Amino acid sequence: LTHGSGGRAMAQLIDELFLKAFDNPLLRQLNDQAAFDVPAGRMVMATDSHVVTPLFFPGGDIGSLAVHGTVNDVAMSGARPLYLAAGFILEEGFPLGDLKRIVESMAAAAEEAGVAIVTGDTKVVEQGKGDGVFINTTGFGVVPPGIDISGNRARPGDRILVNGTLGDHGVAIMSQRENLSFGTGIESDSVALHGLVAAMVETVPNLHCLRDPTRGGLAATLNELAQQSAVGMRIEESSLPLREGVRGACEFLGLDPLYVANEGKLVAICAAEDAEPLLEAMREHPLGREAAIIGEVQEDPNHFVQMQTAFGGMRMVDWISGEQLPRIC
Amino acid sequence: MMRERIRVRGQVQGVGFRPFVYRLAGEAGLNGWVRNDSHGVLLEVQGDPAVIGKLAERLFSEAPPLARIDHLERCPVPLQGEQGGFTIHESERGAADTAVTPDAATCPACLAELFDPADRRYQYPFTNCTHCGPRYTITRAIPYDRSNTTMAAFPLCETCGREYRDPLDRRFHAQPNACPVCGPSLELYDAAGCRQNGDPIAATLARLKRGDVVAIKGLGGFHLACNARDREAVARLRCRKGREAKPLAVMAANAESLAGCVEWTEAEKALLTGSERPIVLLRKRSNTDSELAGCAPGVGWLGAMLPCTPIHYLLFHEAAGRPVDGAWLQAPWELLLVMTSANPGGEPLVIDNDEALRRLSGIADAWLMHDRPIAVRCDDSVMRVDAGGPAFIRRARGFTPQAISLPHTGPSTLAVGGYFKNTVCLTRGSEAFVSQHIGQLDSPANRDFLAEVVDHLCDVLRIRPEQVVHDRHDDLPGSQWAADYINRTGVKRVEVQHHHAHIAAVAAEHGVADRPLLGLALDGVGAGDDGTAWGGELLRVEAGGYRRFGHLSTLPLPGGDRAAREPWRMGAAVLHRLGRGEAIPARFEASAAGPIAEMLQRDVNCPETSSMGRWFDAAAGLLGVCPVMNYEGEAPMLLEGLAERHGAVAPLSDGFRLESGTLDLLPLLAELADIGDAGFGAALFHATLAEGLAAWAAAAADAEGIAEIVFGGGCFLNRTLSTGLRERLSDTGLRVLEARRLPPNDGGLSLGQAWVAIQQATVKERSDAGDRRT
Ligand SMILES: [Fe+3]
Ligand SMILES: [Mg+2]
Ligand SMILES: [Zn+2]
Ligand SMILES: [Zn+2]
Repeated sequence: LTHGSGGRAMAQLIDELFLKAFDNPLLRQLNDQAAFDVPAGRMVMATDSHVVTPLFFPGGDIGSLAVHGTVNDVAMSGARPLYLAAGFILEEGFPLGDLKRIVESMAAAAEEAGVAIVTGDTKVVEQGKGDGVFINTTGFGVVPPGIDISGNRARPGDRILVNGTLGDHGVAIMSQRENLSFGTGIESDSVALHGLVAAMVETVPNLHCLRDPTRGGLAATLNELAQQSAVGMRIEESSLPLREGVRGACEFLGLDPLYVANEGKLVAICAAEDAEPLLEAMREHPLGREAAIIGEVQEDPNHFVQMQTAFGGMRMVDWISGEQLPRIC
Repeated sequence: MMRERIRVRGQVQGVGFRPFVYRLAGEAGLNGWVRNDSHGVLLEVQGDPAVIGKLAERLFSEAPPLARIDHLERCPVPLQGEQGGFTIHESERGAADTAVTPDAATCPACLAELFDPADRRYQYPFTNCTHCGPRYTITRAIPYDRSNTTMAAFPLCETCGREYRDPLDRRFHAQPNACPVCGPSLELYDAAGCRQNGDPIAATLARLKRGDVVAIKGLGGFHLACNARDREAVARLRCRKGREAKPLAVMAANAESLAGCVEWTEAEKALLTGSERPIVLLRKRSNTDSELAGCAPGVGWLGAMLPCTPIHYLLFHEAAGRPVDGAWLQAPWELLLVMTSANPGGEPLVIDNDEALRRLSGIADAWLMHDRPIAVRCDDSVMRVDAGGPAFIRRARGFTPQAISLPHTGPSTLAVGGYFKNTVCLTRGSEAFVSQHIGQLDSPANRDFLAEVVDHLCDVLRIRPEQVVHDRHDDLPGSQWAADYINRTGVKRVEVQHHHAHIAAVAAEHGVADRPLLGLALDGVGAGDDGTAWGGELLRVEAGGYRRFGHLSTLPLPGGDRAAREPWRMGAAVLHRLGRGEAIPARFEASAAGPIAEMLQRDVNCPETSSMGRWFDAAAGLLGVCPVMNYEGEAPMLLEGLAERHGAVAPLSDGFRLESGTLDLLPLLAELADIGDAGFGAALFHATLAEGLAAWAAAAADAEGIAEIVFGGGCFLNRTLSTGLRERLSDTGLRVLEARRLPPNDGGLSLGQAWVAIQQATVKERSDAGDRRT
């Protein structure tokens, strides 16, 4: 990949690559924007910049991740995602073959998710000023009438659910990046969740909260929701779905799976009486087979998230600001 | 004939000081009055100057047992006519009326009544007087009088009321005064919560003798008790409490009863029998582990304490066959009881009766409880004695809320400590009040306890913090709590580095404000200014600031905090650093050895730390002493125990390297990696470490031109290390300052944080004033 004025031919090459891979009627119009009709309901928009090392990992790559990440952010409002816009920042010297792989994977992910990438942009930066490739995606979707999902709707007594095992993505990425033998076999869970969300909303239209526990893991997400809703939460360690390989790898690595990133998981909060039907609906969907009720919302002026440990004690699930800097004195 | 006004400061309220003055003045035939006020006790006496001089002397020499005079000031005032003898004036109900003092163990006079069949308080479990009994733990608010304590529900009977009002009575204004007619009563309950008929003391003893675990309501919380000589009962208690290996404290009727199991010096006996009644760590004998199987496995010490309330005394009295004369109190008795804090899951102590039945169900077989509520949770204090005197391991009952005097005043400050063994500190003027031990802030209940302690202390001390101090590490619960508090109240925020605070805590208690000190912080990890994990630091500390003179060479922590619980990981980290990483998988049995070797090799989640504690862990890991810890501090405690049993050895020559302020212990650890004899290895580690640290500190003292060195940080709980180092440094002419009024570990952190913030505030004030002047 080259950069600068001499790169006209290159720019064209890239455009063609994108056009071919993402091909759809809106993109084909070659405008600087995409114009489309909006169905009835509320419009939802979300944007996410994707930066990941390594670019290719078991279970996905930055391309599929860029689709899933934003589709999921849109879907967490209960919306059906419709369109994506994509912005690429490429580093000079990035192998064209790798780019092709990423773009094709992105196209496949979009197709599978049923969303069209309708507009986009590409910039090439000098060598050393990027990390291979960064992808920003912005998604649009529409929430059906009657759905009101928001982070501030958790109420004491509500139940907390997740759709499956925790920490797969973070551990897969780390194992791949650091070339750790004990992490092999763990795949990222990266996937678009709106199909599952549609099934959930159909069964429980009065779903209170949905959020994807990506960076910072379940711990960060629950703390965010607790703050937003001004409630406390209490989860049970024994009910957290965890893959054996992830559990083991986390033990070696000294990581707490509660803080490890996911890319195909969601946290749902609903009224107690809706919990069982919701769980059933989730388990019937391929992306919710290992769904579980992991805890409940409670009144708490401190907005603590706490966990009943396997030994029966209560432990704080702290809101950690950044890296897990050692704390044991 | 003259008249003098005498001002007495210190712990002089609520300890029978005014009746004491009343009695002295009466005996001397002096006229005048005495009263409490916001500064302590104030009195005026009129009479012969020589007699007044004698009285002033006796104020010091004969002060009541619980009184402590910090300062006494005399000044002449004009004579007054019409003297009607000597009177006690009622206190003015004003600011900071009567101070709250710590709880104190039953005094000899009360004991005599307790075991005198003719006394109206014979065998009454709530006997107390001005010289003893509950204080802090029953106080809900100030002023400290009965209506503000948990005794409010027990109106005094006529006889008790007379005692209470008579200035010559030992119970004059004894707020918790009680008797069988009007006071609380003791009951035994079974697991179903049913009250048992009959004598609760006799029934409790019978249960203990047959191996039951009994929850006993004490001063600041419940204990779980069992027969310490019954191996199965101890095992049962451990299993039910989920406390596998951590040492359990033992209670005896007196020091003499302990003589068969442990050794004690006169200084240790004095500490044991003091009215504060801490748990004292005493050196085990060779037969300790067979006599008291499972009480303190592996370590060189047994924690022992003597009865602190009449309830505990009555159990031993019952076991001794209810002797009627007092001689039994000095005779050795067979009964030894395990007494461990009832704080299931590491959560706050149980204090409430219903809570006890609920939270201790499945752990206790019976509950010995009473109807005097506990207002304030307060755990047992834990202490030990070394060549430098008594030192704290945990400071709580018997000591809080006693103030520590700071070298100078400053804004009212709230310091919230760190994470483990947490305490908070509140300051008022130049007084620093460090809370009782709060514990590990990893459970929501302990964080609530922290908030409760802050509220209670602010109330009873009438303090409104102007600034809040927390650790530099934002992710410590203390820091998060402080951030919240600051958001709510808008007070000023101050951050203090962890090891700076450790050193400042010791500097504060030694009253050092005006000169630079060298600080040796030997600790677990704390966030450093460079974002890495510090913990083996030499600091130059001065005027609320510090400079990092040097540190221990660093080691990787494979798996971050996880490595702090698994010493074998630190052993592996050393092998890796030595270039012997390929030996890791074969050397350590853990199935994680391969993965850990890989993580070390690829530097995955292996943050570097200069922590002394982790070097200890590494030594334990390499010597195979404690691959995985059951409780915090187990590895270094076992290592110290091994070194003690082995006896002193010469330090390893070339066991350490000193380079530009850094002390590198790798050569010593390389040697340990190939030593088969763990006892010798442990001894060699301690000896060489002391040698290296001494050389390092002496070099720094030389370079900085400072002759005083402060010891701070949890590693100084290690007696072998602190003694070895103290001796070596004293030999080189350095003055060593150690933690004596607070523990050297994170239990003292809050005081250091507060002191740094106060110094910074006053330094700033002075420089602001200087700016205005110029
Ligand atoms: Fe510390
Ligand atoms: Mg996102
Ligand atoms: Zn007494
Ligand atoms: Zn009475």
